[in-house]
Amino acid sequence: MATATLDTTTTLLRIATAGSVDDGKSTLVGRLLFDSKSVLSDQLDAVERVSRDRGHEGTDLALLTDGLRAEREQGITIDVAYRYFATANRSFVLADCPGHVQYTRNTVTGASTADVVVLLVDARKGLLEQTRRHLAVAALLRVPHVVVAVNKVDLVDWSQDRFDSIAADLRTAATTLGVAHVHAVPVSALLGDNVVDRSDNTPWYGGPSLLELLEQLPSSDTSDDAAPFRLAVQHVVRPQSGEDRFRDYRGYAGQVAAGVVRPGDEVVVLPGGRRTTVAGIDTADSLAAGLDTLPEAFAPQSVTIRLADDIDVARGDLLAAAADAPVPTQDVVATLAWLGDRPLHPRTTVLLKHGTRTVKAQVREIAGRLDLDTLDAAELLAAESLTLNDLGRVTLRLAAPVPVEPYARARRTGAFLLIDPDDGATLAAGMVDGA
Amino acid sequence: MFPATRATATTSLSLLDALESEAIHVIREVVAELERPVLLFSGGKDSIVMLHLAVKAFAPAPVPFPLLHVDTGHNFPEVLAFRDRTADRLRLRLEVAKVQDYIDDGRLRERADGTRNPLQTRPLLDAIEAGKYTAVFGGGRRDEEKARAKERIFSLRDEFGQWDPRNQRPELWNLYNGRHRPGEHVRVFPLSNWTELDVWRYIARENIELPSLYYTHERDVFDRDGMLLAVGPYAQPRTAAERASVRSEKVRYRTVGDMSCTGAVESIALTVDDVVAEIAATRITERGATRADDRMSEAAMEDRKKEGYF
Repeated sequence: MATATLDTTTTLLRIATAGSVDDGKSTLVGRLLFDSKSVLSDQLDAVERVSRDRGHEGTDLALLTDGLRAEREQGITIDVAYRYFATANRSFVLADCPGHVQYTRNTVTGASTADVVVLLVDARKGLLEQTRRHLAVAALLRVPHVVVAVNKVDLVDWSQDRFDSIAADLRTAATTLGVAHVHAVPVSALLGDNVVDRSDNTPWYGGPSLLELLEQLPSSDTSDDAAPFRLAVQHVVRPQSGEDRFRDYRGYAGQVAAGVVRPGDEVVVLPGGRRTTVAGIDTADSLAAGLDTLPEAFAPQSVTIRLADDIDVARGDLLAAAADAPVPTQDVVATLAWLGDRPLHPRTTVLLKHGTRTVKAQVREIAGRLDLDTLDAAELLAAESLTLNDLGRVTLRLAAPVPVEPYARARRTGAFLLIDPDDGATLAAGMVDGA
Repeated sequence: MFPATRATATTSLSLLDALESEAIHVIREVVAELERPVLLFSGGKDSIVMLHLAVKAFAPAPVPFPLLHVDTGHNFPEVLAFRDRTADRLRLRLEVAKVQDYIDDGRLRERADGTRNPLQTRPLLDAIEAGKYTAVFGGGRRDEEKARAKERIFSLRDEFGQWDPRNQRPELWNLYNGRHRPGEHVRVFPLSNWTELDVWRYIARENIELPSLYYTHERDVFDRDGMLLAVGPYAQPRTAAERASVRSEKVRYRTVGDMSCTGAVESIALTVDDVVAEIAATRITERGATRADDRMSEAAMEDRKKEGYF
């Protein structure tokens, strides 16, 4: 029985939803949960009761996801809600993001960890500015896959022409923006067509339902063994007491950000630049089992690394494969998704958090805003400042060198936060430029 | 449609390994960046799993923060015994804030409905202030309840302990921002992305000991508002119908909160594997089955969280 229920083959896929207001996102998510039998009877009872009280004809599945008072009162989604559902071989974390322009920062929040963005488009309206903005956010954040759910196809008489023309617009936009993989599915969230089960109403569509597609896409909890090893040191483990065999133990705890590491591998400690080799890799389980070391660790495992030489390593340092390591720099050109309520002006001093290191940074120059139609860095729109939800290119000068690398090459070590030194607010999501 | 398969090998983390790795990362970040963390430990399954992960995060060194429990005075005695035993075994300092003390000296008043769950907020906030704690680990999961589904993993609370769901910090990649002003603190939920079933599968895999009332036992119960409450000092049948429903039943608990408002479920699950199978097949959510306090209004949890509750 234990083996049947432990189900260690299950993998985790992280999804974010996006789309304009009233495209039916909440309904689609509700339908996905409902048809995949992830809604339990007491939740459904509650939703049916509220639907009835409000005089809705059927059950309003959107009520399954709008959790806050203000959301239910206004019928809109304000903040990201996280939903969980599972099929036989996969578990899903779904970040249900709001569509309002003023909440684009929440879409950035949801998309930063997503393996897949599910973007809703109303079949009657086609691509809107907000669709483009969300597609651009997905492209900038390098979400590996975008699935476009062309919703409300029931309201365009299940028209294949309409679907094909929207899908063609999307492909053009996706190619321009550099989205790697885009998939389009015609759905009716309200009626349930092609959400979990394939629909008889769209005989011209031969592809998978939305859920079937989500079951097949690769998860980022899958490591790319060819990527060079990276681990930001979170914490130095030094017991100094307890069992004798651990009295002199000194290990560097962190989560593997990329690649694979094995004992004997040569690593460099950045930004300092000292080289050494990996003496051992531990977890609580390997220590309890009396193992000298684990044979290897890969992303995104949380482990503790011991080094062969007694060199100074502290929180904030990055351990990197010596053969392929980033070069620490104090000058960074990056794209920012500006999330702060106050605008960003040049010469502003902020904090930059990269991995486990936080340094002071000054915005030297705002090169301009990105054109959401192209995201082309060569054709920036002039901007003196960046305001909420702007995507812009900036040059930063850091108070100390940091081993950044291009986001396009490394999603973890190419990303950073900008933080307000006064009140601690998160001001921007930053992605290092270059390829 | 899919990218061409690369020539390189890839390795996937299983769901439980991915969740464990993420939680350990979160726990280590808090210890590294926030001066005075504390872990809310009730002896319930989520806090037990959280403590198990904390032990793993710092091994072979000890867990570098104390435990805090807000005792409503209506807790299950076997859970309190388990709580004390666990703290002793790991040699961790356990601080207990007692609702009863507040009632005895008049700072809080007993509610008409007898439940003490909403009364926990004040002692919790006082304990956080007295201990000058800047980070408070909670076992809350986003799958529990619709207001919890909106929580960030790092959740900033103002100097009154309040949560402002409309003004949460964006949370990007795995870069957590624990900065706060004096008087503010951060609630941290390492189990945010776990479901009830994940927790049970993990308990099974890791062979984690739990208080016995998570497994089936015989107990005198009665019906109230569609729940099975245990007959005891904190819950007595009040009406004729409730008295008539008193019977001995094979039950277990899915959550082990305050006895006056936590319901039991009928069950034949004797082992952790039985429980995993039962949870995998259930049609009722954990809170729907067992928590009276969440039924008070459609936004009961949201309202309490805004006040400073978890």
